[in-house]
Amino acid sequence: MMEGRIDVRKTYKLYINGAFPRSESGRTYAVADAKGRFLANASLASRKDARDAVIAARAGQAAWWKATAYNRGQVLYRIAEMLEGRRAQFEDEVGKAEGVSTRKAAAIVDASVDRWVWYAGWSDKIAQVLGSSNPVAGPYFNFSIPEPTGVVGAIAPQRSSLLGLVSVVAPIIVSGNACVVVASQERPLPSITLAEVLATSDLPGGVVNILTGRPAEIGPWLASHLDVQALDLTGVEDDALATEMQVSAAVNVKRVLAPPRREPDWSADPGLGRIRQFVETTTVWHPIGA
Amino acid sequence: MTFDYAPAPESRAVVDIAPHYGLFIDGEFVEPIDGASFKTVNPATEEVLADISEGGAADVDRAVRAARAAYKATWSRMPGAERAKYLYRIARIIQERSRELAVLETLDNGKPIRESRDVDVPLTAAHFFYHAGWADKLEHAGLGPDPRPYGVAGQIIPWNFPLLMLAWKVAPALATGNTVVLKPAETTPLTALAFADICQQAELPPGVVNIVTGAGQTGRLLVEHPDVDKIAFTGSTEVGKAIQRAIAGTRKGLTLELGGKAANIVFDDAPIDEAVEGIVNGIFFNQGHVCCAGSRLLLQESVRDEVLDRLKQRLSTLRLGDPLDKNTDIGAINSAEQFARIDELVRSGDAEGAERWSAPCALPERGWWYPPTIFTGVTQAHRVAREEIFGPVLSVLTFRTPDEAIEKANNTPYGLSAGVWTEKGSRILWMASRLRAGTVWANTFNKFDPASPFGGYKESGFGREGGRQGLAAYLKSEVV
Repeated sequence: MMEGRIDVRKTYKLYINGAFPRSESGRTYAVADAKGRFLANASLASRKDARDAVIAARAGQAAWWKATAYNRGQVLYRIAEMLEGRRAQFEDEVGKAEGVSTRKAAAIVDASVDRWVWYAGWSDKIAQVLGSSNPVAGPYFNFSIPEPTGVVGAIAPQRSSLLGLVSVVAPIIVSGNACVVVASQERPLPSITLAEVLATSDLPGGVVNILTGRPAEIGPWLASHLDVQALDLTGVEDDALATEMQVSAAVNVKRVLAPPRREPDWSADPGLGRIRQFVETTTVWHPIGA
Repeated sequence: MTFDYAPAPESRAVVDIAPHYGLFIDGEFVEPIDGASFKTVNPATEEVLADISEGGAADVDRAVRAARAAYKATWSRMPGAERAKYLYRIARIIQERSRELAVLETLDNGKPIRESRDVDVPLTAAHFFYHAGWADKLEHAGLGPDPRPYGVAGQIIPWNFPLLMLAWKVAPALATGNTVVLKPAETTPLTALAFADICQQAELPPGVVNIVTGAGQTGRLLVEHPDVDKIAFTGSTEVGKAIQRAIAGTRKGLTLELGGKAANIVFDDAPIDEAVEGIVNGIFFNQGHVCCAGSRLLLQESVRDEVLDRLKQRLSTLRLGDPLDKNTDIGAINSAEQFARIDELVRSGDAEGAERWSAPCALPERGWWYPPTIFTGVTQAHRVAREEIFGPVLSVLTFRTPDEAIEKANNTPYGLSAGVWTEKGSRILWMASRLRAGTVWANTFNKFDPASPFGGYKESGFGREGGRQGLAAYLKSEVV
């Protein structure tokens, strides 16, 4: 920094429908780095913000689902390109948020870029691996194809502010779902910088919506929302909150990914488990006849 | 001049119903610890068929402990190839005893013998045969190199396809290495109890399959038992939601196969005669006691009148009556309770202004019966268009364009199945990709096969039964 110059700080807002609004509640909360030093005031998302995000996700999902798998793969790959191009900024933010060394932060950003690339490659293979043609005893061509579940409400991991977030969001959207994700409560800033990447990656608005604030406040609204079809509770660390959200989820038989016993090691090979969690199977009986 | 069919009843002599049945726990029939019991009746005659034990808390606990012990001591240690041979044995015994099982099913459930004989029992055997082959091939199922069973599966099944639903639950659970505690529906326990005898004939190790009869409370005890690792339920959406709430916060696995309100969509280029048969099969098969029944008929406006005329003609020829008669098309409603539910919804259709037509047929004096019924002038807001009736009642709506058909078909909280009738292959695939339904039947309806995954979208539940996809319901998947 040049002596005498005051740097221009960023205002961290929400990411809804491809835009960056403040919380309609007008609320913010102070975010500190791992050592407790003030970093920024993040938006404290409200129930209304969550509902707006679900509306955006519903519309975004319709467009995203209709895109070809090849197209979705290219968009995810584009996200990786944009993230790569801004790696210095992410290294700085992840380092501060998670209190890790510059080298560790760089490794986390590397892994985050690579995760987008890995999932990008899955978009046009999911149906080949999870789908099937089924030899039924009759004159029908019977086949099963995976389809997206719809709108997924997700609570992002609390510790891993970037790699954990990417590891939750990418497998949800790669198959054609949209999501409303609540970022790490205490480490939310990399999520909004990620939103800037998403906004410049040809991802249709509304496919990913990012809220910052309290999972305990926003989560229950997502869990009981009738236009949300599934929940990813990976970042819910409070057992009582997880149970409350699972109870609410039954209102429309949401598919629920329960929280892990502890936050996973996000550097591990992701496997197909998360993709599988948020797809449905349609089986078609097509007649065969001359 | 009319031609009448002579009666052609299937003989009851092939079944031997005991006056009383205990619970099947740890390989033998035992009396319930609290001694409660209830009667199962033939819904076509109201004749009491047998006295059935009602499992209480101590009984459910005993069954779960037997299942756990069998899981630890034998079933989880047995090579898949050996598990497979037990399943093949069971499939063969079902084939050998198929006539007996069909008659027993028809007596206890009220469904026509033609259906239990040609659909329920053959598919039951097929389901065991199919899954037997998976038992030693699970590493090829796409769920990782070493997929692990849950352990003890608690399974609750409905009364509409008692033996077939048992097969859908028990066959994949055993093939994947789980042991089971199964609760059949309280109005149709007899074929499950016959299945217990089949397990004995197959010399299945004790405790691998346990059958605890009872009603809703027995099911609740099974769901809430702390040593059950996985719950699989087929039944109403209302009960499915209650189960989902009950196990919230536990680590139990869950799959739900719930209600439906399927659209059966007929385009103007469809082969009309085939479509009419498909509409009849879609909603009047098994008296409409089918979760995936085509209960909303969507007709393209240009063929509405023609289809309705032919449909009414066809319905007028259906034969309703003695389920054991081989010429019977429509059997008995399964219970007084279900009859009341159908009747209440039909009255709501009248009250809301839909126009009712019922096939002219004489109803037997004893038992519970409902004539094939059609509502026209139905709007999407009517209860008969929104709620699952689970009876022989069809609601007819119309559409003009494929987009409108999709919109109306998907306008329901359910998503179990759909039917599409058209000669255009491209339209079939276009529709299938937009219908939010687990099964899409094109130019057919209500076809089932163990290789074909079955299950719902939205409030019709989650998880699949059948096919490679169905194995995931009984194998723990690692999510990183």
